[in-house]
Amino acid sequence: MTEVDRARTVVPESGARRARALGGVPLPLLLPALVGLAFLLLPLLALLIRAPWRSLPQQLTSAEVWQALQLSLVSATAATAVSLVLGVPLAWLLARTDFPGRGLVRALVTLPLVLPPVVGGVALLLALGRGGVVGQWLDAWFGITLPFTTAGVVVAEAFVAMPFLVISVEGTLRAADPRYEEAATTLGASRFTAFRRVTLPLIAPGIAAGAVLAWARALGEFGATITFAGNFPGRTQTMPLAVYLALQNDPAAAIALSLVLLTVSIAVLAGLRDRWMTAST
Amino acid sequence: MTRSARRTRTLRTAAAGAVALLALGACSSSSSDGSSSSGPDSSASSSPRPSGTVTVFAAASLKESFTTLGKEFERQHPGTEVAFNFGGSDTLAASITAGAPADVFAAASARTMATVTDGKDAAGTPVAFARNQLEIATLPGNPDRISSLKDLTKPGLKVVLCDKAVPCGAAAQKALGASHLELTPVSYEQDVRSALTKVELKEADAAVVYKTDVKAAGGRVQGVEFPESAEALNDYSITLLKNAPNAAAAKAFVELVTSAEGQQVLTRAGFLKP
Repeated sequence: MTEVDRARTVVPESGARRARALGGVPLPLLLPALVGLAFLLLPLLALLIRAPWRSLPQQLTSAEVWQALQLSLVSATAATAVSLVLGVPLAWLLARTDFPGRGLVRALVTLPLVLPPVVGGVALLLALGRGGVVGQWLDAWFGITLPFTTAGVVVAEAFVAMPFLVISVEGTLRAADPRYEEAATTLGASRFTAFRRVTLPLIAPGIAAGAVLAWARALGEFGATITFAGNFPGRTQTMPLAVYLALQNDPAAAIALSLVLLTVSIAVLAGLRDRWMTAST
Repeated sequence: MTRSARRTRTLRTAAAGAVALLALGACSSSSSDGSSSSGPDSSASSSPRPSGTVTVFAAASLKESFTTLGKEFERQHPGTEVAFNFGGSDTLAASITAGAPADVFAAASARTMATVTDGKDAAGTPVAFARNQLEIATLPGNPDRISSLKDLTKPGLKVVLCDKAVPCGAAAQKALGASHLELTPVSYEQDVRSALTKVELKEADAAVVYKTDVKAAGGRVQGVEFPESAEALNDYSITLLKNAPNAAAAKAFVELVTSAEGQQVLTRAGFLKP
């Protein structure tokens, strides 16, 4: 890991050295890179340019906005927690054990990445809905129904966001040297203790990166949420849903809501980057 | 020096690719322009004989009847093709005012049509062609014995409504308001079909949707009529759009919808006469 660490700290330095000599960057790389940058930033810039700045304070003080924002932050964080609890062990299983059909399992785990979120929402309804394959038993035995509840929002977001975490953590695990764990087990630690005391600290940066990625994905989740959890202010109406519905009859409100979401996510991501990412590299 | 020659060639290819990409992006907004004149005799908009592709933006509730009419149109006018975009009337209206290339707009409410006419995007005056009445969709067999709008306010019943932003939601609020009922649904769905789906999947016990949706769902839901729905009839209107890429064919399609034949198809689907 120390080697990996050193390699990581070297990267930004060499990047900085290159950046100083921008003239040396080959044009076939520079040109598409700049076009790509403009492509990503232009829509955000347009959002700022066309923002209803004058009515913004009034738009933002409405209770509905804060309700939706609060729900978004809470549910995205809860979904990230669920993803961590279930996703890290899953990533470990995929990276450190050998069982038949592992490749297939990995492909299936990443399926929610390519599945249109709305389809994911329908699939969740068929599985965990009141009449769903598993959901009907949840309802009959425990009286739990997930659709139309905040818990349903968390489920939908976790379903879409967890693969990001699993992939990130699995990648870090594969890059990490398994000999440290082996050394720990030869010294008498159980495999679980080795995982807890050696592997986890080793892959903490990867877990943090995966968690941030999952959180960001959960925060922006729309399709699976509106399909599985429905849309009710204060209970299941997250920011993206509020933005979508505001867009139907009040575009200015939608832009204001988008700006709030944008600001909050930039603030949180920047904050986490400073605290976790740089500390880890 | 072959290396540097190769490098410049690569560079040129990359630049050409980038230009092509940019060009692609630039013309995507007018893409239906090209496709509309792709018919065999593309004398296009000036000729009275319809040809090419006619793009119709229509309310989600019109899906079944307009698909039928579209096939009929293609049969009557060989060489034409009807491309549909079904969705919430508000979403469609918003995309039309934002410049989406469409020939015809059929809205489920006067308000959504007004968005387009106010934006000066309609050509001529919209024509009313149908009305739709709300109905309660319940689970097959109506296990909760819902017989009126008031029954929907029973505690423990999971009811979904359309969001107020879409016509079916606005109509439902109007009907509830007319009968002085307070109804707290479990969800405000983004369009009428999503509301219906929640009942079809048995996630909700009931939904307030259109008569035509209940009919289209067949045996998967059971319809319950309620008198208050008469207070909240939705007027469907259709219009030719100002920037229609294929105005001739669009006009012919509007004529078909408002013709006796078109009305017959709509009535069969459960729509009321305008």
